[in-house]
Amino acid sequence: MARAITSQRKALNTALAWGVGLLIFFPILWTILTSFKTEAQAISDPPVFLFFDWTLENYSVVQERSDYGRFLWNSIIIAGGSTILGIIIAVPAAWSMAFVPSKRTKDILLWMLSTKMLPAVGVLYPIYLLFIKLGLLDTKIGLVIVLMLINLPIIVWMLYTYFKEIPGEILEAARMDGATLREEVLYILTPMAIPGIASTLLLNVILAWNEAFWTLNLTAAKAAPLTAFIASYSSPEGLFYAKLSAASTMAIAPILILGWFSQKQLVSGLTFGAVK
Amino acid sequence: MFAKYALGAATAISLIAAGSASAETITIATVNNGDMIRMQGLTDDFTAKTGHDVEWVTLEENVLRQRVTTDITTKGGQFDIMTIGMYETPIWGKNGWLVPLDDLPADYDADDILPAMRGGLSVDGTLYAAPFYGESSMIMYRTDLMEKAGLEMPDAPTWEFVAEAARAMTDKDNGIYGICLRGKAGWGENMAFLTATANAFGARWFDENWQAQFDQPEWKETLEFYVNLMNDAGPPGASNNGFNENLSLFQQGKCGMWIDATVAASFVTNPNDSTVADKVGFALAPDTGKGKRGNWLWAWALGIPAGTQKTDAAKEFIQWATSKEYIELVAAKEGWANVPPGARTSLYEDPNYKDVPFARMTLESILSADPTNPTVDPVPYVGIQFAAIPEFAGIAGQVGQEFAAALAGQQSVDEALAKAQALTTDEMEAAGY
Repeated sequence: MARAITSQRKALNTALAWGVGLLIFFPILWTILTSFKTEAQAISDPPVFLFFDWTLENYSVVQERSDYGRFLWNSIIIAGGSTILGIIIAVPAAWSMAFVPSKRTKDILLWMLSTKMLPAVGVLYPIYLLFIKLGLLDTKIGLVIVLMLINLPIIVWMLYTYFKEIPGEILEAARMDGATLREEVLYILTPMAIPGIASTLLLNVILAWNEAFWTLNLTAAKAAPLTAFIASYSSPEGLFYAKLSAASTMAIAPILILGWFSQKQLVSGLTFGAVK
Repeated sequence: MFAKYALGAATAISLIAAGSASAETITIATVNNGDMIRMQGLTDDFTAKTGHDVEWVTLEENVLRQRVTTDITTKGGQFDIMTIGMYETPIWGKNGWLVPLDDLPADYDADDILPAMRGGLSVDGTLYAAPFYGESSMIMYRTDLMEKAGLEMPDAPTWEFVAEAARAMTDKDNGIYGICLRGKAGWGENMAFLTATANAFGARWFDENWQAQFDQPEWKETLEFYVNLMNDAGPPGASNNGFNENLSLFQQGKCGMWIDATVAASFVTNPNDSTVADKVGFALAPDTGKGKRGNWLWAWALGIPAGTQKTDAAKEFIQWATSKEYIELVAAKEGWANVPPGARTSLYEDPNYKDVPFARMTLESILSADPTNPTVDPVPYVGIQFAAIPEFAGIAGQVGQEFAAALAGQQSVDEALAKAQALTTDEMEAAGY
């Protein structure tokens, strides 16, 4: 009897999880569906769900009008570059905070996070002026630096929590065996924290990929990533929802596929250390 | 002999140098409106004529505004041409942020630019941005529904008639709403419509001493009229509707009337997108007999930020894109209904353009709009659907929120007006008026 309830509850949970999942995914699904409609079908009321004349016209128009490859390449460089640079800086920082904490470590961690509390637009002008002086406007390297700085607190925090789960004794043992600091971090700590580092990496790639304030405001024609590509299809006077959806689908496709393939890593990393 | 060779070589070198200096790549920031998309598609014609290349940065309107404002105020130099409107041009021109366009060649025929457009894009008689296309607002209505209601739309109706017709056309059971108007908060959304409409009711934003006027009876009359009319004859959820939402409703035959930008006329009469393309009539925006019509004036114009290194190439582009020849080029490739409207007088004298169904009413709407004298009582500002002062966008954004909340029934008209009066007074005092 108890078993029956359990399996019933299990089925219910599964259905509930699927329901919530579909609900969250629905806007993306709708965008993808809309990208295959004509502009008239895209705004028709009542809306059409699956039974319409599927067309690839929007994709061909978007391909013709924009250089998708260049936007994609910029996104890959900016998201990948800022994340890797961030990890390189954050691993030693998180190591010191996790294994050799001082009195002020907690304060520093909080202070780092507090930089995320200021609305980005509050520092738009100072950063813009700095970028003019340094000649970094509309360059990929400029965006790599800014996005790295913006995401650094999150990277440090995530790595810090993962590192805290690793027993300090293991590192001590390595030190007893004569490992240098570099070897200790590179060959002992990093391999043990791989799930954590991987999920930090993925999450930050996604955050940087979707970042739409700095990537729009600090670029013009050369370094603009996919966020600018989407923004170029939004119109105040004219209904281009199908084309906008096609552009959005093309912009999220790479990251969606990456997320799909790495979801195991992502989930195991995010729940890493959740249960002791 | 040697001298001859030397001279020849020097000439050749200077020619090469001149050639490389004259072929430039200019960066243009613009919005994703239909006419701009067409312009991007025709850029090859410009490149073939001048040798200059063009790089386009297309952004959503609000993003574009923030982007170009940041760049021009910091002299970032990221753009050689910016697509700006009638709100920014006089403010930026006055600040010296734009290159004056007073030295355009005679064959460009700057005098051909519609006087209302020219006036709105000039400071003390100097043109600072050339209009690419212009618009006013007018009534677009369903001829079949009007007939069914037993009414006839005059060319120049009153608000009283429009309200009566809207209520008569409404058939909520069949999803037909007599009138669709902007309700979405924003200085360029509901406030553009309401500020222009308030002019027709005798209201104004500020008196001559820059005192906010939302506590005056004219504003109360405007807002009550609008909220009541929308409750009786407007579509559900109207406080979320902007230009695009109403366009969609109208194209699907759900609106009896729609008062909005004249540029919408080409969308609603296009049989590819609109289910009511052959049943649309046009009329001037309504008045209340006080001498002002609630029709606005706007231009999307091309301006050159001061400080760009490529002023000459940028000027060449502006001359190309806003010329008579460009209009002919678009007409030849895409048809007369698709040429950029509302910028040049000669377009409306062209016999080919007279066949376009909305041409006459668009021109009459533009001609009847006067941004330098927008209200019944005198005002210290220029602009019909806005006041051309830097503070306006911020203040009107907040007022728009209050008015949208009144339309949604979250607060009364009196509450909305009291809040609007208080916040406008505060902001204007803080700004030193």
